[in-house]
Amino acid sequence: MKKFIDKLIEGLLKLSGTVTGITVLLIIVFLFKEGSGLFQSSTVEKGYTLLVNSENPIDKLSPEELKHIFDGKIENWKQVGGRDEAIRIFRFDEIFSIYTDDELGEDYDLIPEKLGEVIHTNPGIIAYIPQKYAAKNSRGIKELIQEKIGLSDYFLGEEWLPTATPAPLFGILPLLFGTLLVSFIAILIAIPLGVGVAIYLAEIANERIRKLLKPAIELLAGIPSVVYGFFGLVVLAPIVQKTGNLDLGETAFTGSLILAIMALPTIISIAEDALRTTPKAMRDASLALGANKWQTIYKVVIPFASSGIAAAVVLGVGRAIGETMAVLMVTGNAAVIPHSMFESVRTIPATIAAELGEAPSGGTHYQALFLLGAVLFIITLTISIVAEIISSRKMIKE
Amino acid sequence: MIQTKKIKEQIAFSVFRLHGFMVLGVLLWILGFIIYNGIGVISWEFIFSAPTDGMTGGGIFPAIVGTFYLIIGSTLFAFPLGIMSAIYTVEYAKNNWLTKFIRIMTNNLASIPSIVFGLFGMTLFVNTLGFGDSILAGSLTLGLLILPVVIRTTEEALKAVPKTYRLGSTALGANKIQTIKRVVLPAAFPNIITGLILSIGRISGETAPILFTVAAYFLPQLPHSIFDQAMALPYHLYVLATSGTDIEAARPMAYGTALVLIVIVLLMNTLAGIIKKRFEKNK
Repeated sequence: MKKFIDKLIEGLLKLSGTVTGITVLLIIVFLFKEGSGLFQSSTVEKGYTLLVNSENPIDKLSPEELKHIFDGKIENWKQVGGRDEAIRIFRFDEIFSIYTDDELGEDYDLIPEKLGEVIHTNPGIIAYIPQKYAAKNSRGIKELIQEKIGLSDYFLGEEWLPTATPAPLFGILPLLFGTLLVSFIAILIAIPLGVGVAIYLAEIANERIRKLLKPAIELLAGIPSVVYGFFGLVVLAPIVQKTGNLDLGETAFTGSLILAIMALPTIISIAEDALRTTPKAMRDASLALGANKWQTIYKVVIPFASSGIAAAVVLGVGRAIGETMAVLMVTGNAAVIPHSMFESVRTIPATIAAELGEAPSGGTHYQALFLLGAVLFIITLTISIVAEIISSRKMIKE
Repeated sequence: MIQTKKIKEQIAFSVFRLHGFMVLGVLLWILGFIIYNGIGVISWEFIFSAPTDGMTGGGIFPAIVGTFYLIIGSTLFAFPLGIMSAIYTVEYAKNNWLTKFIRIMTNNLASIPSIVFGLFGMTLFVNTLGFGDSILAGSLTLGLLILPVVIRTTEEALKAVPKTYRLGSTALGANKIQTIKRVVLPAAFPNIITGLILSIGRISGETAPILFTVAAYFLPQLPHSIFDQAMALPYHLYVLATSGTDIEAARPMAYGTALVLIVIVLLMNTLAGIIKKRFEKNK
């Protein structure tokens, strides 16, 4: 009986370990499961279709072309490879201004017929209407072929306009650039400061200062990201705006400043640990050869700890890339490819946080956001694996 | 020659010292700013009443209660699971494939951004398991987030228990489970508690994972069951700072909320420090 209970407990412990282990796999599976549907969806919003006159040689339009047509930037069919014919945009509501309710029939059952008439008589028309009002066999109209959203639309698309009609654009490049820009500048700021503090703590500071600085850094790590965001919004953004003479203080640079502060504790504590692993014998040898403390630090200790310091920096980058709330609050969130660091940008995590609440569950926008989550996951996973490889390479060399 | 060597050292050291004090300065700046602006807002009424006048008046009691529930819920989930995983990897399977797998996965789990946890919690707990936006779904999501912290601190705590304790117990005729229960766990307990306290600090500040799993903008009444939505402090601060009806008028409320959050974190860090110190002294 006792043996049985022992076995049972051991099994239970094993089970909890396994559950923990498979959580990461579960996360991957669920993100991709929710996101992968995107590439099975058509570019035009679900339940809607696009009709043109049957004389029109155009059979299909890309999401970008559709966007420019409906924005009014493309005004002639010639520009998308068709005949020289002005484009006439027809939105569904217009049917009610052309025909009276009586003409449209009881329960609007004559709408498909009347739509057919309108389209048939307008050679340059493009009509964006609900699928159910599209007349199936009526002569004189043609339905544009609905293409599926492609991998390149998503991964190489330069515009993120998830709520655009008739065809939302899900190009993640601006978000990817935004994320990388903000994190890159943040890490440029954080490296000298973080490594400097790590050297100070590990090599120079006396016990009294260490006892003051260590808890301070732990505290810095403990401050919630939303408080950092608030601080950035209320204090840093106005400062950036004033010193840079900008219209808005919420820029990529403001985000970088906050992220740099947030990445510091990670960089400092890991780099300090790395510096401390330098064997005493090596230091002693250096000192015995007449080098002073500083020469020992930068000729012996830092080279020895370099891979650990590199790992610290990489993990700092990981921390910066995944940070959500602080960045969401201070970068201004414009989803365009930034041209300078004093422009508003939007990062991947901030996009998810800002838009998921409004994206209808199961729709293309929702799927696109989950796929963004998967992209983010893969980026941070790669980073943590790289950090591991860097710090373990040292071990092999020894 | 010796002179320049010495001067170089002096310069380098002062630069690093400056770095150290800059970091300290940044911390003091943030803390000082929040405390200075928030302290005047804190009152009995602010802590114990609900928001009024479109979030520009009243207090933050519902958010405090919500965060409290989330702390309880996520620790109830993450602690048993995390401690048992750690016991398994440290005490039972020292070096088999499962241990390696668990360790790699725990490391990876720790590197996942919190917003990804939010997405995962939303699909698994809110939609697939049908918990809806609820304290349950939010607690489970936050629980996953702190799981790596719990496992790591517990593993370290268990490894710190001297081997002689285990041998002594075994020599007295105790079996493995008795040894773990009566000797190893009590000895490791203070360190495990330190992990618990630090995780509480983390839970009370996380916003991204609760955005889509539990957090409510405003609720007229306190949650009644684990299937209800709840307000939470960090989300409340986010709302106050960015999307209220009158952001300027809500500023004092935001400062007050930020201060309460900071105080919780400060409290947890100090508490963890005290326990750790006491434990180290006893050893």
